[in-house]
Amino acid sequence: MSEKVLLIDDEVEFLENLSERMRVRGMDVSTAETPENAVAAIDSGDYDAIVLDLQMPGMNGIEMLKLIKKSHPDMQVILLTGQATLEAGIQAMKLGAMDFMEKPADINALTEKIKKAQAKKMVLVEKKTESKVKDILNSKGW
Amino acid sequence: MSIYSKVKPQFWEAGSRSGPNKNLFNFRRIWHLAILLLAVVALVPLLIMTFIDYNVTRHSLESENLLRTSRTTSNTRRTVTNFLHERKKALAFLAEHQGVQRLLNKQNLEAILSSMQKSFGGFVDIGVIDENGKQRAYIGPHDLLGRDYSEQEWFQNTLSRGAYTSGVFLGFRDEPHLIVARRIQDFKSGKSFVLRATLDTEEFNTILSSIDLPDTGDAFIVDRDGIIQTPSKWHGDFLSKVDLPRPEFSETTRVLQETSKDGTAYTVGYAYVTDTPFIVLVIKNTAELMRPLNTIRMELLWLLAISIAIILFVIVGVATYMVNKIYMADQTRARTLHQVEHTNRMASIGRLAAGVAHEINNPLAIINEKAGLINDLFVFKEEYANDRRLLANIHSIIASVERCGKITKRLLSFARHIDVHEANIRFKDIAEEVIGFLQKEAEYRSITIKMNIPEDLPEFTSDRGKLQQIFLNLVNNAFQAMNDGGNLAISASEEMDNSLIFAVEDDGCGIPETDKKRIFDPFFSTKKTTGGTGLGLSITYGLVQELGGAMTVDSDVGKGTTFTITMPLKANKADDNEDITG
Repeated sequence: MSEKVLLIDDEVEFLENLSERMRVRGMDVSTAETPENAVAAIDSGDYDAIVLDLQMPGMNGIEMLKLIKKSHPDMQVILLTGQATLEAGIQAMKLGAMDFMEKPADINALTEKIKKAQAKKMVLVEKKTESKVKDILNSKGW
Repeated sequence: MSIYSKVKPQFWEAGSRSGPNKNLFNFRRIWHLAILLLAVVALVPLLIMTFIDYNVTRHSLESENLLRTSRTTSNTRRTVTNFLHERKKALAFLAEHQGVQRLLNKQNLEAILSSMQKSFGGFVDIGVIDENGKQRAYIGPHDLLGRDYSEQEWFQNTLSRGAYTSGVFLGFRDEPHLIVARRIQDFKSGKSFVLRATLDTEEFNTILSSIDLPDTGDAFIVDRDGIIQTPSKWHGDFLSKVDLPRPEFSETTRVLQETSKDGTAYTVGYAYVTDTPFIVLVIKNTAELMRPLNTIRMELLWLLAISIAIILFVIVGVATYMVNKIYMADQTRARTLHQVEHTNRMASIGRLAAGVAHEINNPLAIINEKAGLINDLFVFKEEYANDRRLLANIHSIIASVERCGKITKRLLSFARHIDVHEANIRFKDIAEEVIGFLQKEAEYRSITIKMNIPEDLPEFTSDRGKLQQIFLNLVNNAFQAMNDGGNLAISASEEMDNSLIFAVEDDGCGIPETDKKRIFDPFFSTKKTTGGTGLGLSITYGLVQELGGAMTVDSDVGKGTTFTITMPLKANKADDNEDITG
């Protein structure tokens, strides 16, 4: 099953190249250059992982992360940034980011992380489904 | 260790600084000035007081000597005057009471002389001389009856003045004597006679010898020509000229300071005896009179010398203590300033490094992805897969991007660590990071770097940024000390006492023995002319202390230098300053 990934970055050229490389590696990749597009994309599609830039005009990565985690708590977010600071990294991890990578990143390392994110998400979804089924069974008295 | 090096204050070897305020930090100069100023303030009043005290004592001693001499002289004159006065009055009484005729009577005159010798004393003989100068009556030990005195000056003076007292002279009898004479009138014949008596000079000698004088003192009588009338101990022979100038006439007793021909200073008291040719002289050796002053002077000098020694000792002690305190405070201030300066500089470098890294990372990421994409296309499409030349180029681009990425990561890591406080540290990481910075320079200069760091060296808790800075400074320092082609060794080991030892060893020029003690002082640099600030090792030393460690240096000129840092495994920090970088 191919991983469904959303790339969010204001660098269009970077976005295009990375998305193409990921597609070559069999991933289902969508892109968003602005926070607005990103929000719309997240709401409309069920992604396994989101790769998020930290510095973007309009809304920075941390705020975007807060927003994503608020609406989709199970969403796996990997931060990928050229402006990494330790504080930002620590803050992102505290806010629930799955991982933190510095640009320029190795494509193989990134795809590995995305695969891990998908697996993690699947486990979460399974657990959720299981608990929902249990809830329904309990409510029906079975 | 010599006594000198033990007592030598810390500031003694401190080098003077340059700049407009250099004198403010020349501690030896401050020390000298402090001692000079304190010595002047303390010693000048002491010297003035001693001088005044000495002079007051001298003046009082001089005054006392003058007074005593004056009193002695005055008393002697009174005694001499009384002696002569009594005898002159006795003659006057005889002349009034006896009359010329009775005095010419030999038996009567003999009885009179006998009575006068018994009652007054001092009379040797007595005689009556007529107006022609012929002695008409004489009672005494010599055969002077009929002797003619008409040519004698005293006889003429007595006739003309009525009374006369002579000086001491030898006369016909060739014995020292003096005479008192009185003109008397014979009422019967109306002729004038002279009643003359000779006085024994022994009486004078007795009076003068009874005066209490020091050994070198002298009391005698001279006449108005300066001829000595009574024996003098030191100032000339009897009836010769005295060796001092004749004092000018004065009705009262006076005391003078005179110098004899041989240069001896004398205190001379003199008094003119009224109606006689006599001058009483009391002469004392001034030096002997002032002898007590010598004792006082010596005592004063001793007291002064001891006081000066104590004062100087205290002044030197206090000045040394105070200047040392100022020096220590200055050192602490300088170290703090340098730390602040260093921290600010490092923060600026950190910000700059972070900015550069951030700015480069984005375009680098694009290059990376583009090259990656080209690579992917080649790998995934068979028509390009066999073009090894193109693939090699692409891999070269990707490798270069990776290299750039490492550099920016290192820059960011460096910048980041400036702000980081404590963390668990593997020394090997620190050493590799530091060497990573300087690898290019080492390669360029053919410097061989050897690292001997055991894999099982325990991790320890410390401030990564500070440690990095310490080793960066030490390695930089070693690089500066070495020629091209040198050898640098970084080693680490664990000690039994729960501490780690790190050493940075080079085979550079070494540090001279004289500079060794000062290399950790702020502003000490052997490279000032080539832009060295003299802060590097001072800052490094401060950082090591902050981390609770200790730093030593071992160096041989021409062979090389080893800096050794001992760090506790468990953080046991010295009074850590609040991290100034925030």
